Order: sequence, then C-alpha cells, then structure tokens
Amino acid sequence: MGDHSHGGPKSSGTVATAGQGEVEKFQDPGLPPHRPRLADKDPRAEKRAERQVAILFAISVIGTLLFFVGYIAIRLDETTAISTLRLQNFLLGMGTAFAMLGIGVGIVHWAKTLMPDHEIAEERHAVRTEEDRQIAETMVSEIISESGIKRRPLIRNTLLGAMLLAPLPAIGILRDLSKDLNPDVLRHSMWDAGVRLTRDPEGTPIKASEVTIGSAFHVIPEGLNEAEHKLEEKAKAVVLLMRLNPEDLHVSPGREDWNYNGIVAYSKICTHVGCPVALYEQQTHHLLCPCHQSTFDLTQECKVIFGPASHALPQLPISVDSEGYLVATSDFHEPVGPSYWERG
Amino acid sequence: MSASTSPDTYQPKTRVGRISNFVDTRVGASSIVKEFGRKVFPDHWSFMFGEVALYTFVILLLSGTFLTLFFDPSMAETHYTGSYVPLKGVEMSVAYASTLDLSFDIRGGLFMRQLHHWSALLFVASVSVHMLRVFFTGAFRRPRELNWVVGCVLLILALAAGFTGYSLPDDLLSGNGLRIIDGVIKAIPLIGTYLSMLIFGGEFPGTAIVGRLYVMHILVVPALILLMIAIHLFMVVVHKHTQYPGPGRTENNVVGFPVGPVYAAKAGGFFFIVFGIVAAIAANFQILPIWDYGPYDPSPVSAGTQPDWYIGFVDGALRLMPGVLGDFRFEYVIFGGYTLSLNVLLPALVPAGILFGLMFTWPWIERWVTKDNREHHILDRPRNAPFRTATGVAGVVWYCVMWAAASSDLIATHFHVSLNDVTYWLRALFFIGPIIGFMVTRRICLALQRKDREIVLHGRETGRIVRLPHGEFIEVHEPLNEYKLHRLVDFESPVVQPAVPDANGRITRTEKLRGRLSRFFFEDRVAPVTPAELEAAHSHGHAPVEAAETKAEVTTR
Repeated sequence: MGDHSHGGPKSSGTVATAGQGEVEKFQDPGLPPHRPRLADKDPRAEKRAERQVAILFAISVIGTLLFFVGYIAIRLDETTAISTLRLQNFLLGMGTAFAMLGIGVGIVHWAKTLMPDHEIAEERHAVRTEEDRQIAETMVSEIISESGIKRRPLIRNTLLGAMLLAPLPAIGILRDLSKDLNPDVLRHSMWDAGVRLTRDPEGTPIKASEVTIGSAFHVIPEGLNEAEHKLEEKAKAVVLLMRLNPEDLHVSPGREDWNYNGIVAYSKICTHVGCPVALYEQQTHHLLCPCHQSTFDLTQECKVIFGPASHALPQLPISVDSEGYLVATSDFHEPVGPSYWERG
Repeated sequence: MSASTSPDTYQPKTRVGRISNFVDTRVGASSIVKEFGRKVFPDHWSFMFGEVALYTFVILLLSGTFLTLFFDPSMAETHYTGSYVPLKGVEMSVAYASTLDLSFDIRGGLFMRQLHHWSALLFVASVSVHMLRVFFTGAFRRPRELNWVVGCVLLILALAAGFTGYSLPDDLLSGNGLRIIDGVIKAIPLIGTYLSMLIFGGEFPGTAIVGRLYVMHILVVPALILLMIAIHLFMVVVHKHTQYPGPGRTENNVVGFPVGPVYAAKAGGFFFIVFGIVAAIAANFQILPIWDYGPYDPSPVSAGTQPDWYIGFVDGALRLMPGVLGDFRFEYVIFGGYTLSLNVLLPALVPAGILFGLMFTWPWIERWVTKDNREHHILDRPRNAPFRTATGVAGVVWYCVMWAAASSDLIATHFHVSLNDVTYWLRALFFIGPIIGFMVTRRICLALQRKDREIVLHGRETGRIVRLPHGEFIEVHEPLNEYKLHRLVDFESPVVQPAVPDANGRITRTEKLRGRLSRFFFEDRVAPVTPAELEAAHSHGHAPVEAAETKAEVTTR
C-alpha cells in the first residue's frame, strides 16, 4: 500500500492547494448547535449549582479565619521550634489558599453553570483602513516638510551630532561606580613570605606535623579575620592544603621547594568562574569543583583533567618557620581565580 | 455667562444609570464600556498560560511589596541577634540578617518569602509555556509579529527579575551564584575586568552589589515589565485574540464568550485560583531555606547546588564546554599578554544568543521561507505545521539538554553513573539531540495528519462487527458529523516555493537558500482531504488515503 508515487496529480489531495483555479474545500457548517446545560433545563440543578457556589464562597471565609488563627495563635521568639514555624507557615498558607480558591473556584463555577454560555461570533475589523493610512502618510510628509528638516541638512546634521553625543554623560557618570579600576589588584593576595597558613575560619596556625598523609585543610592567611576588606581578601586567598606521598607528586622544574615533605597548597578558587574547589577525592588525588565539575589532578600540579576550566590551580609555595608552623614563602606566582583579559 | 454649557437633559432613572452618567459626563467612559463590555474572547485551555503569567506577576508585586517593608539591602557587617539560635552571634551582612528576621521574627514573613519565590518560578515558567503555545500554534504570524517581540523582551525581563531577586538575601548560595556571574563578566574581552569592578564597586564581592541589584529588582525591572505588559495587552486588544480552527470560525470573526459577564468572571476567578494554588505550594513546600546555607563566605560551597530553574540552561552550557580538548586549551593568550577565555565566553553567550536570536526573528524567517504575508487569526494545530513544530521541538530539546547539564552532578549521584559519562553523553546530545528531535517530531506530525485523513475518509471505528449475508465480517465505520469533519479538514498545507529569479533573471544566493529551506521544510507534506476525495472514499474504499501522500515534486515540477 505504501507506493506513494502512484498518486497522480489528479487524484491527489495536493491539487486542491496547488492553486490551479477552482479550489475545492469543504463548506463551513457554521457554529455547532448550542446544547443547553443541566442548569438551563432543570430548576433543581440550577438551585443546586447556586448552593454550590455559595458553599465555595463560604469556604473562602473559613480560609481567611484559618489565616488569623495561625497568625494569632503562634508567636515567634527564640523558643520557637522550627516545626512550629513550619506549622504557622502551613496555617497561613493554607488559609490563604482556601480563601483564594474558594472565591476563584466559586466564581468560575458560577460562570460555567449559571451565566449564559452562548458562544458569540464577532466580526474582526482590519487594524487600519487604506484611507486612514493615506491620510496619515500625507500628514507625516506634510509635518516633515513643514519642519524643513529635509531642506536644511546643516540643521539636521548638527542636531544628529548633538543627539549622538548628548547621552554620553549619562554613561560617563557611571564611571565612579567603582573608585578603583586597576586590574593589578587581582594579581596580589594577602600571601607573602612568612605569612602563616591558618585554619579556615578560626585562624589558628597549622604545624607541619599535624598534616598527616591523606588529610586536607581549608586554609586562610594569618590575620585575615582582622583584615579591613576581609571578604575581598578571602575571595583571593583561600587555599587547600593536602599531604601526599612525596613520590606521588610530579614536581616541575622551578617548583622543587614549593612543597614541604609532600605537603602542598593550592588556591581554592576555581580557574573557571571562581567557585571554591571544595571537594577533595583522597583516593585519586583529584580536586573537584562542585559548581561546574572542573577536575584538577593534585599529583600533576593541579592540571585540568576534566571539565570547563582551562588552566591549573595556582600553587602557593610553602615551607615551615622556626617553630614548625607552615608558612608561605611568597605570594602566588600568578593571579588566582577566573581568567580575565589583562591576566596574560 | 453660560452660553457654552448646555444643560444636561438626560435624566438617569436607575442607580447604575446615575453612576454611569456621573462617570461618563466626566471621563467619557460609556464609549469604553461600549467597546469592551461585550468584546468577545475565544476560550481554550491553552490561552490560560498567559493569564497565569499575568497573575503570578500580580502576586509578585503584592508579596514583594510586603518583603520590601522588612528587607534591608545593606552589605554592612553585623552580628546576628535574631531568634534563630544556631546563627546567633555569627558575622553576616545586614541583608542576610534581615532576611533571617523575615523568616523567623516576622509572622507571615516566611510565607511571603516562599510565596514570592514560588510565584517567581511559576512566572518565568508560565511566560515560557505561553511562548511555546504561541510558537507552536503560529499565533506570532502577521499581524502579531511585534507582540511576539514584546513577549520575547518580557521573557528576558522575567529572567532579569528572577536573577536580581535570587541574589538579594546574600546567603552562601546566592553569593556563589554572583561569583559565577563575576567570573563570566571577567571573561569578556577588553572591558570585562573593568565591567566587573564597576558592577561590584571594586573587587568581588565588595559592599555595593546587593543594594545595586535591589534597585534593579524592585524598581527598574518591574517598571519595564509593567510597561511591556501594558503594550502586550494593548496589542492583544487591537488585534483581537486568535482562535483555534473549528466550525463557524473564520479569519474574519472571533467566536467566544463576551467579556461581560462570562469571560470577566472566568478570567477574574482564575486569578484567585492561581493565587490559591501558589499559596498552597508556598504553604507546603520549602524553598530556599537560607538559614541552612549560612551567610556568604568565599570559601565554602555546598555540593549539588542548583540555580533557579530558568538560569539552568546557561549554567548547564558552562558545564558542558570542555576547557581543554586534547591538547588545545580554549583559553589562550593573544596579542602578547591578553587572555581570551573562550571556555567561558562561548557557552555563556553563544547558546543563549542563538536561542534568543532565532526567537526574536522567527516570525520573519518563517514569512521569508513560506512567502506567506497574509494575516492569520486562525491558529495552526501543531501537527498541521510539521516544519514549525519540528523546529520548535529541536529548540526545546537543545534547551533541555543544557538544562539537564545543570544537574549533571545530581544525575550522576542519583542514578549511580559516572559524572564524566553523563557530561560526555550530554555533550553529544547537545549536537545531535536537536536533529533527532526535529526528525522524530516531523514524522510524528505527518503521521498524525495521516491519521486525521484516515478518520475523515473512513469515519470513526465503532467497534461494531456486522456479519454480511454472504458471511463476511466487517467493522462498521461511522462517518463523522459535519462539525467534527470540518475540524479535521480545515487547514492549509504549504507547498515548496522553489527559488525564483529576480527582476534581472538571476537567482540570488539568498533566494537560493530560501528555496532550499522551503524544500527542506515542505518536501514532505500531507494535504487536507477534499470533498472529492471523501466522495471517492465512500464509493471506492481505501485508495485515496495513500494517494494523497505525495512528494512535493508532483505539484511543483
């Protein structure tokens, strides 16, 4: 049955729409006959519908009362359990819900059962008439010619120039949205030679001996909690500290003294768009960003092995001070966090 | 002195008459009543999505106003002193503290927060579904192209409203969201760094951003939305509403219920129903428990975090993009010292750009390909426009792949599969998903159209088996009544419009492209049944069903 090509043009349905003169179409039978509803024929059904609508409105009243029960009966203070808060939320919400649904369902039920349900056909009118458009056209061209803007190009061009420039102050005035626009601040963090690595958020220093193999610390620089721009500094300075077997680390030339006995510190800010790289898979030595799943290999100096990040997490060179506490030996050697145009 | 004022001779008799006389003689309201009082609106369940959008916006204005009475958009540091014991004494911003107060110390504050957030999710959802309805039924065609554009602008504004609001509580979740935005802005070549610093008032996070987003969220964006809604509804009145095809419905009339009283009652009642449903959701389903997340701190982040659903497709695109492909890094240094981060720029801008670009221009693309410049007030059933339905589904699939990617980690943990595999699969689907979606949808549409033909030509299967005198069993098919029949045959099936030479007798390159697109869209088509075919079917049996499925070559060559 599936051989379609045998349908010659004469017998095919496409003839009708191919525009070959006489278009064959079914006649529009017009609106279907109106069918009366039960409430239109049966006075008892009508009465019943009327009662239903009234009951729905009454439910709305009960809902409003329920709201006030929840509002007045439950007061909030320090002793309020979260479950009590939830109960109040439930009462207020369901009270509102019933108050609204009672009215809404009632009105719609009223409209559907008791208001006339005859469909009406209304003529559509064209958005505009040909005559109106011609009048408007002449009017506009008269206005333009009376203004003389076409005949006086000097006026037109100077006006255009002025109008192009006039909005510039509105943009320029936004310059002071930030007093400081120097991208160089992104290159520097609080880390410096001798700054101790401390626990996030307490700020207590970490002894190298406390960092056992397989452990990981969330680290902030010493003094961060007292810093003037704490959050801005923290956004650049947070570090992950981990200890691996020294033989697992593939250290590139120039970074030989950046780790201490297999203890390594890397920026915690993802180089993709700046989420904290908070997940450390101990077994595989992978760091995973929970936002967009960029994965960094700790053994290969946090090279990107999966996901949307494009460059490795910056490493913080560390050592120990005379008391055995871990300290940075310098700032990061590159900007931390997401790339930016001036990063280079 | 009163030569110019003629005494009003009209003496109203009823109370309604007196009131309307008062109003009319002052603002001329009776012409408005005359115009709108009995204006006819067609009825269909799918027309209610736009209403839901409008009503959720009203709920947003109401609940949002309540929230502004208590919320303080300051990023100044404070120590929490409110009722929620676990956070007592914790250092946080005033914005976060006032959001906690709204939740724990203001009765009804939590309900209002949840009502506001749920309405916001529903607002964007209903705008989106309403747009899908308009797209799939072809309601955007002339004369409604501009209203479609206004609708697209409204969608963008809805996203902007949602995002600016999401970032206000200054909790851990919204702070990390802002940090992602900061990272995306910084990836913009040339001006990105400066833009980021201007927006945040210096380095991220700064102390300015919440206040700045606040003024956008409660003033600028809602004002723009209101303006656009006014334009949108004004145009609906000017154009009158579209209607689905059916008996008695033509391009020249509107069939439905008059505004007063039926339509006004239904639409007005529906506002209360929407309000009631959102209130019930807000009463029962917790959303954004900011006290669980804690104040913003650049160091912690919780795993499995999700943005609000409507931002998901951008977030998913960010996740899908590989940063390194083989040995090629998508981030590289150009002009000796400037970094171009294509790994961020491409996914953040390109998919959204393509989606919105196609959305804005689709009415003109379709008009150009079909050469159909007529006014359309009768909607298409989606199956009767297979090319458009297939294109729309391709877009939806593409969007959904990105959207699913925003949950790649949850998919992996929930179904116990490898996160990397989920990402690889979604990367593949990103490219082939829309193609499969297009092909399958078009086949489904054509099949449904054939089914319609079948029903028209052979009638409804009654399930009644009759044995004929000579022993043959047949199932009786009942012919459709004329109203049902009309529903199934009253549509147009566009044909291929091959490329034609211009005035100079040359086929331009764009015309060639148009011809190719037209062939691609309309090569396979099913035509509506004609009366002659129905006649033939009644006398000869089955032949015409198959015969009508012709390739376009038959008619165009």
